[in-house]
Amino acid sequence: MSDTTLPRLRATTTMLDTAILWPAIGQAFRKLDPRMLWHNPVMFVVEIVSVLTTILFLRDLATGGTHLGFALQINIWLWFTVLFANFAEAVAEGRGKAQAASLRRAKTETMAHRLRADGGTESIPATSLRQGDIVLVAAGEIIPSDGEVIEGVASVNEAAITGESAPVIREAGGDRSAVTGGTQVMSDIIKVRITAAPGSTFLDRMIALVEGAARQKTPNEIALNILLAGMTLIFVLAVATIPSFATYAGGSLTVLVLVALFVTLIPTTIGALLSAIGIAGMDRLVRFNVLAMSGRAVEAAGDVDTLLLDKTGTITLGNRQATAFLPVAGVDARELADAAQLSSLSDETPEGRSIVVLAKELYALRGREMAHLGAHFVAFSAQTRMSGVDLDGRQIRKGAVDSVLAHVLATSANERPVAEAVVRELRAIAERIATSGGTPLAVADGHRLLGIIHLKDIIKGGIKERFSELRRMGIRTVMITGDNPMTAAAIAAEAGVDDFLAQATPEAKLGLIRQEQGQGKLVAMCGDGTNDAPALAQADVGVAMNTGTMAAREAGNMVDLDSDPTKLIEIVEIGKQLLMTRGALTTFSIANDVAKYFAIIPAMFLAFYPQLSALNIMYLSTPQSAILSAIIFNALIIVALIPLALKGVAYRPIGAASLLRRNLLVYGVGGLAAPFVGIKVIDMLVTALGLA
Amino acid sequence: MTVIGWLQIALYCAIVVAITRPLGGFMTRVFAGERTFLSPVFGPVERGIYAMAGVDAKAEQGWIGYAVGMLVFKLVGFLALYALMRVQAMLPLNPAGQSAVPPDLAYNTAVSFLTNTNWQNYGGESTMSDLVQMAGLAVQNFMSAAAGIAIAVAFVRGFARRSARHIGNFWVDLTRITLYVLLPICVVMTLAFVWQGMPQTLGAYVDAATLEGARQTVALGPVASQEAIKMLGTNGGGFFNANSAHPFENPTALTNLIQMVAIFTLGAALTNMFGRMVGSERQGWAVFTAMGLLFLVGVGVLYWSESQANPALVALGMDPSMGNMEGKELRFGIPASAMFATVTTDASCGAVNAMHESFLPLGGMVPMINMMLGEIIFGGVGSGLYGFLLFAIVAVFVAGLMVGRTPEYLGKKIEAREVKMTMLAILCLPLVMLGFTALALVLPGPPAAISASGPHGFSEALYAYVSTAANNGSAFAGLSANTPYWNTSLGISMMIGRFFVIIPALAIAGSMAAKKTVPPSSGTFPTDGALFVGLVVGVILIMGGLTFFPALALGPVVEHYAMHAGTLF
Repeated sequence: MSDTTLPRLRATTTMLDTAILWPAIGQAFRKLDPRMLWHNPVMFVVEIVSVLTTILFLRDLATGGTHLGFALQINIWLWFTVLFANFAEAVAEGRGKAQAASLRRAKTETMAHRLRADGGTESIPATSLRQGDIVLVAAGEIIPSDGEVIEGVASVNEAAITGESAPVIREAGGDRSAVTGGTQVMSDIIKVRITAAPGSTFLDRMIALVEGAARQKTPNEIALNILLAGMTLIFVLAVATIPSFATYAGGSLTVLVLVALFVTLIPTTIGALLSAIGIAGMDRLVRFNVLAMSGRAVEAAGDVDTLLLDKTGTITLGNRQATAFLPVAGVDARELADAAQLSSLSDETPEGRSIVVLAKELYALRGREMAHLGAHFVAFSAQTRMSGVDLDGRQIRKGAVDSVLAHVLATSANERPVAEAVVRELRAIAERIATSGGTPLAVADGHRLLGIIHLKDIIKGGIKERFSELRRMGIRTVMITGDNPMTAAAIAAEAGVDDFLAQATPEAKLGLIRQEQGQGKLVAMCGDGTNDAPALAQADVGVAMNTGTMAAREAGNMVDLDSDPTKLIEIVEIGKQLLMTRGALTTFSIANDVAKYFAIIPAMFLAFYPQLSALNIMYLSTPQSAILSAIIFNALIIVALIPLALKGVAYRPIGAASLLRRNLLVYGVGGLAAPFVGIKVIDMLVTALGLA
Repeated sequence: MTVIGWLQIALYCAIVVAITRPLGGFMTRVFAGERTFLSPVFGPVERGIYAMAGVDAKAEQGWIGYAVGMLVFKLVGFLALYALMRVQAMLPLNPAGQSAVPPDLAYNTAVSFLTNTNWQNYGGESTMSDLVQMAGLAVQNFMSAAAGIAIAVAFVRGFARRSARHIGNFWVDLTRITLYVLLPICVVMTLAFVWQGMPQTLGAYVDAATLEGARQTVALGPVASQEAIKMLGTNGGGFFNANSAHPFENPTALTNLIQMVAIFTLGAALTNMFGRMVGSERQGWAVFTAMGLLFLVGVGVLYWSESQANPALVALGMDPSMGNMEGKELRFGIPASAMFATVTTDASCGAVNAMHESFLPLGGMVPMINMMLGEIIFGGVGSGLYGFLLFAIVAVFVAGLMVGRTPEYLGKKIEAREVKMTMLAILCLPLVMLGFTALALVLPGPPAAISASGPHGFSEALYAYVSTAANNGSAFAGLSANTPYWNTSLGISMMIGRFFVIIPALAIAGSMAAKKTVPPSSGTFPTDGALFVGLVVGVILIMGGLTFFPALALGPVVEHYAMHAGTLF
């Protein structure tokens, strides 16, 4: 298996892809099986009445009834109505199936090297691995199942899952210990403890999810189905009582005409497309490289009131950057920059590199090669909280202000004590930087305090606009950061978030979520570490990063395969889009009924109440063509709306009131008007072709 | 249509608007148990009633407890009223010597007054003793109205409360509405009616000599007191057979105006109470506006229809500028009759001051549509509000999705359970209205009660079930429904129309109260603006229209076209 041929999950598949269309047509017929169809009450009812009219038609055919051609056409279009609904669902599922097929290729039969109790290894098929087994995976081998690295470090190609071919580092301990079955170790050897039971690995679940096999109706979908079933019952009453009324009026009606009226009245459009909308919503997420573990989570995403966003990586670029050198009195800024640059030459952290770059930009100080200078680099450690360089007897140090001060005061105490005024000045500069949201780094050369490097969080471009967009959507953003409240407040103000949680601990995060939920709000967050797991589980939408730990991935209800925390915003939009599409098509479907009444009622009663031809406001040519046109329109509108159901109604962050006004105009008023035009056009065609 | 006619309608609207806010505020305080200016008078009475009945005013009930309380109260009320009618001949205060009411009619009448319908398959002056009128029918006029309002208050509490298990105490709500709202207003109204010449006596019927010298018995009784609660409680059961068209029940144009105002008073005030209880009066005004728009459409169509003359009469040489005066009282004229017919069917009153059967076809269709929609245009006291809110739930559920959130109304998520209960409540009306009409028409016996032919005869039967299921009680006339079949089926229709809406409504109140309230944001669908009003009106018209379109086409619509083609039925 070569990883370069693996298609990315978000590979574009269009609706017109023949690879999806042809199987979908076959599926549409297979889905006529009542055992499958009864999950969809509206279409199930249509199928039942279609069977009924077909039997009546066959009887008439045998006994030589009248209007057989008309009856045949109505029958055909009734069946088409059901088939079109099945087709819509099959197309939606087809897109997932294509993706599942590519995932299955990653699930090739691999052999695992299981560690025996005696220390040796044995080769067994991956499928017989149990939880708790320990396996060795060497470079070039496929990791046999989900697990946790307990020893070693390796680069792993996760393209099979994420579509991203650049390898990632996986190592024992910490937040990067999870490995996924089906991914490939590129270098080194690791010892992995298996955490997934056979058949329920991440890959298995992904396949089930994209295929729609694990799809369950979401809460809102269930509620909508109840509404549609209720409306169907109302129309059963409205239509089933007509024969009695007609008999009283001295007329009679055929079952076929009553069925035609009934089928056009019940909400077939939304009934046909409802499950396709749901599947397409999940699919949009998948193509966005986000896996929702349940449809419920997607729905909840649309409802989110509060977004908890980690500062680092989401609001700010991952790293701080040096923006200024602030020397204490009596020190030249150039000297400070020079010392800062020297101390950072071997500092490969982004902060360190930014100091080198800034010194070059401001004072044209060029980076020097450490080896040439014969310098000795002192690495940063959590104990000293400093780094630096020893060079020509000079000891240059940079680091947290307190640490550098403590270092200088301790080493200089016996010789020349540092002037109190210099310390005070240094602290004042540091304080000023901290208040503005920056991070001060003190620089000392031996016993001399030189000054401060101003490190600043760089707010991502466009993020502020994004937050004001969210505010218009009615969503509150809360920034989560480990910074102190002062720094946090400054960054929060600059980024335009509504609130922040500073010095956030996992407990504080969990507390904040509970507090928001206590007010009735829905909360979304993302996280990757094991200590994020409780908060991820508590949040209504918890997006775990794929790079995260197993614990985090288990706790969240979505997994972002790209591990990009900014995606939370898009996830919310996809959720909203799903709900909007459902509402728009329901409204459209119900509004359609008005025109259908005006088509069928006059046609139906014309034989005994010719006065009602006044209601034929569309001037449809004959009663037969009117009824036929209505039922053809009813079937074709399903096909016409499949692309919309799959693509979704466009979401615009313009506030609920304007959004509703816009959608009501398009789908409500449009839904009232469209069938008047559509039925008239079909009637003209039907008449021209001499079909009725 | 005349300027004076429209001014009458405008004056009426202005009075209703003016009453809404102060009375709504007063009722809010009453239901919260707060002190009002009536507390010094009724406070001790209220506490005395609780002490006697053993009710703990502080103990609240869940929705099931509330519903059981209401049902028990209704059952006891039914048995008492039924018994009273059956034995009235043996009891005092029977000046006209009325005999016992037959069982099927007594059952029909008891159900009718219990459910706030007041469908009358009898003529009051020729059937009921003064004792039955006062101690039976008038008592139920108070109690059915009070129970309706209590349900509405409990329903609104479901929206107003958060994470709560209780929706109020039925007995306390019932007592408070009767003491603080119904009784005081009725006393004032009764005095006004007596001043306008309405009889209020326990004396015997009077014999009068007519101009031709014949002797005529003039029926009298405690009319004014009965009339007040008949209107205020949207009951509509007349003291006399001719109801508010009778000169003793509605003697002057002023009493006519008071009666119409009384019908809408509590329904309108309840919208304001609703707004206050959920924390925003604007929410109440949105509901008020939607109801008001539907009222104006109805009254406009009806007034226009009745201002036309019947083409058949015009052909005989009648002056078409007279409009259609058939079945109308001269002292009210066309605008006041059109308005009365709209008001009485918008609300579930059912009092009539003109014969609805004599309206032109489209005019007669307006009361029918009003009732088919479920009488939610201010509506029956209480039932109008919760009936309207059920439609609001449907509207918000369908269209609310289009803002990209799962639907919520007043901060409460609308989920499967609420949708199920709402659909149950909405479904029961077409079930009864259409189902029972269809049944009556195909059975061999019942159609004999229909007097007219063709579509008009169909309308008579349809109107009867529509009126009873909606708990209106007005009759299209022309239907001789005092037979065992009609008495029984209309009785069932009234019960389904009442209780199959109340019980789901209380269930919704229970589950809503238990929910958290989502605070509104710019992402939530605003339910206090023009958009919401338009949406709900649209949903009500489309849902109602779609359900009843075929029936209406075969009744008034075809009759309308036939009339203009020269055929009358």
